[in-house]
Amino acid sequence: MMMNADDDAVLTISNLRTEFRIGGVWHAAVRDLSLTLRRNETLAIVGESGSGKSVTALSILRLLPNAGARIGAGEMMFEGRDIAQLSEHEMSRIRGNAIAMIFQEPMTSLNPTMTVGQQIAEVITIHRHVPHSEASAEALRLLREVKIPAAESRIHDYPHQFSGGMRQRVMIAMALACRPKILLADEPTTALDVTIQAQVLMQLDELKQAYGMSILFITHNLGVVAQIADRVAVMYAGEVVELAGVETLFARPTHPYTAALLRAMPRADRSSDSLEPIAGSVPPLTSMPPGCAYAPRCPHKLPSCVQARPALQESSDLAGDRSHLVRCPVRLAGASP
Amino acid sequence: MSTVALDSGPSYTLQQLARAFNANATSWIGLITFLIIVALALLAPIISPYDPLDQDILARLAPPTTEHWFGTDSYGRDILSRLLWGARLSLVISTVSILTAMLIGGVIGILAGYIGGRFDMIVMQAMDVLLSFPSLIMGLMVVAMLGASMGNLMIAIALTAIAPFARIARAPTIIVKERDYIEACRALGYSDLRIMAVHILPNIVAEILVMGSLWLATAIRIEASLSFIGLGVRPPTATWGGMIREGFENILDAWWLAVFPSLAILLTVLALNLLGDALRDAIDPKLRAE
Repeated sequence: MMMNADDDAVLTISNLRTEFRIGGVWHAAVRDLSLTLRRNETLAIVGESGSGKSVTALSILRLLPNAGARIGAGEMMFEGRDIAQLSEHEMSRIRGNAIAMIFQEPMTSLNPTMTVGQQIAEVITIHRHVPHSEASAEALRLLREVKIPAAESRIHDYPHQFSGGMRQRVMIAMALACRPKILLADEPTTALDVTIQAQVLMQLDELKQAYGMSILFITHNLGVVAQIADRVAVMYAGEVVELAGVETLFARPTHPYTAALLRAMPRADRSSDSLEPIAGSVPPLTSMPPGCAYAPRCPHKLPSCVQARPALQESSDLAGDRSHLVRCPVRLAGASP
Repeated sequence: MSTVALDSGPSYTLQQLARAFNANATSWIGLITFLIIVALALLAPIISPYDPLDQDILARLAPPTTEHWFGTDSYGRDILSRLLWGARLSLVISTVSILTAMLIGGVIGILAGYIGGRFDMIVMQAMDVLLSFPSLIMGLMVVAMLGASMGNLMIAIALTAIAPFARIARAPTIIVKERDYIEACRALGYSDLRIMAVHILPNIVAEILVMGSLWLATAIRIEASLSFIGLGVRPPTATWGGMIREGFENILDAWWLAVFPSLAILLTVLALNLLGDALRDAIDPKLRAE
């Protein structure tokens, strides 16, 4: 897909299928996922709980549990190699090095028995094989870079001496330690309060420019998406239902699910009385409907929706944005308002 | 023990342990008594009034006097000197065997807890088989098979203690490996070995040390018991268990022969148990909450 963008692609995922074994049968948590992460862009993956967004990130780093999970199909091309085919040893050289990840819970994502300086230096010594003194100096530089005040003394502090926002900065410093090409951010600001959230988001954006990396940003918060993303992939029940540039998505949400998500989001320019919850819930892995996964909750549903699974198609909307993809033939045909 | 560990979400750093240690006076009594015993054992060559093997035929079975504080035995050897030298042996045997058990059992427990699955099941069932033997019977079997010597005694005691250490290391490993930061370690490309040694071990070492102090007391008891039934270090080397055995034959005529080594064992085991209990209380969240 999207041949025009491939020259600039850092990571090209095609037809990824990640499966979990439930009751002896493999069920797909991520289905036919194709995404391209371009150089120096922030691609947001949005979806509610259980939509497969975190599983996508864990698949890229191959961090799925050994038993009961597998990458069933698809390829993930990174620097000319398919990540899905790499050996565990080759994979461990990519993790934390070329592809790094930050997690949702900064309070528990650091080792309580080591100082933050030691933890940052550890990543550097392991992947860059530099002497300890050099790694420590680099750790200090990174702490300054993520704007930890009084970094010279804080480098000797333990994680419990830091606040949540500070710890998330330390996590970011660790992730950046080896200048990754790709940063996977799995809801990194969800556990932080709103003012700290905004600071961390701004900082991530600055660091993205400074380091020239690409960010795959996973969130369920559309407000965060508007603030940080260049492009957005909306996921539902393990598949991408809409993929568009951030302006296009907010201006012309085309898939009924995207539209419903936007109506369910509180906004400063609207009364919160007009929030509309989406009735129903994501279908469980074990009983995916044969047709469109969103059909059971969709107000625009036609009889054809429940028969065959719709494909991701280009939207020929007014602006001629050819990179706007939608998995809904009904809305694309304009059969329904 | 394992249920306590499972309830207690957080694990304990050595710092926290030290702080909790101060809260309890008996922990200090235990620690100081134990340190005095260790010091006496270390200083035995200097402070013991006689050679522990020197026989004084004229002073056989002498009751405690100013000359022989704790009396003499049936060969006229000074009990106090034999006690001091025996302390060295008892402490060396128990410490070496428990350290060995700690190391082997700890590694087995961390591996079982970290790898999990079928490996965990098989290894821990093997440990359960080991645990099903009472430690004295187990020691008897090993010494009977290998022969009575100091080295074999240590092997026997270590073997009986491996399984408890494996269990005590496994439970917190299972808790710690589910923590977010272990997942973060994987995402940073750390090897399993590094995760276990650098990121899991320091979080569970306090629990293993507590168990160690309690098992040190057990090891001294096992050593004494095996020496008592003649499966310990060969006479005439002085060991506490061996001294009680010799004294037991004359218990009606010369009470001091058996009583002083028994008191030495009692005191050492008591000190270690106080110490171990204090450490265990320190890491028990239910007691810490009070």
